[in-house]
Amino acid sequence: MRSAVLVAVMALVTMLLRFLPFLIFRKRTPAYIAYLGKVLPPAIIGMLVVYCLKDVTPTAPPFGLPELLAAVCVVGVQAWKRNAIASILAGTVLYMVLIRLAV
Amino acid sequence: MEHQIVKQAFFKSLPVMAGYLVLGVGFGILLRNAGYGVLWAFAMSAFIYAGSMQYVGVGLLSGGASALTAALTTVMVNARHLFYSVSMIDRYKDAGRYKPYLIFALTDETYSLLCDGHAPAEGDPDRYRFLVSLFNQCYWVTGSVAGSLLGAVLPFSTAGIEFSMTALFIASFTEQWLTARDHVPALTGLCSTLLCLVLFGRDRFLIPAMLLITLVLTLLGRRKGAAA
Repeated sequence: MRSAVLVAVMALVTMLLRFLPFLIFRKRTPAYIAYLGKVLPPAIIGMLVVYCLKDVTPTAPPFGLPELLAAVCVVGVQAWKRNAIASILAGTVLYMVLIRLAV
Repeated sequence: MEHQIVKQAFFKSLPVMAGYLVLGVGFGILLRNAGYGVLWAFAMSAFIYAGSMQYVGVGLLSGGASALTAALTTVMVNARHLFYSVSMIDRYKDAGRYKPYLIFALTDETYSLLCDGHAPAEGDPDRYRFLVSLFNQCYWVTGSVAGSLLGAVLPFSTAGIEFSMTALFIASFTEQWLTARDHVPALTGLCSTLLCLVLFGRDRFLIPAMLLITLVLTLLGRRKGAAA
């Protein structure tokens, strides 16, 4: 029941975010909002990268090495192939191998 | 005619197909590992339909988050959708009966396919965009459901599959870095969040980070505006 409420909240808030601009800015978009629309997406992606790695502890074994190496792999494959599926697959498989070696 | 537009929409959606199937499968497995079966996978992909948010949502569900935390996290993770919508206001203005679904289904990938405004010369462009959006969601739902079913029968441990979410964000960060000329927004996001992680701890840094990012970017924008 509680989980169903959470899913409903996530669904409704997501819908609200998508529909709101269509309801508010019927005529024209203020310059500030347009500016935020340009600069916020890359900043939020940066935030989410940090969010995903928040539980890594660099001071204790394995010192965040699996995450670091897999992240480098994703960056490398992405820069080389410019294909998100290839880089995500490569990084995830490498990570799954590394955490099995580390234990 | 109708056949033509369906075919063109299908071809347009092809680049997203592989991505949504793979990421959907990853999501389905992750959700099953957290103890939520195929109906949950279907419901989340049908009604939330926001990839990164659903990955984050698995953590919220299994971590026993409150409804308020879920709402605030959704606002932050999906805030970028406000801006996708802003840039589509004109394009979807006269979409009529397709408009509600076009807005609902405006994911990162669908936006990236439709934001150039290209549509076939013949036929109803809104119907074409509707079909592209619909095909994309079909791939996503199919992938999620398949992942959930697969997760139950896979003979090997799927521990570590959760890195696919991290990898997804690192890949988009890299891609944006390579295509953007101005790296200040990306660096602002990274540094502000790291700073807030150190200051506020790993359980409560997201909201301060979001505020700091908005503040820094607003100040930088003012400065640029004043200089120009």
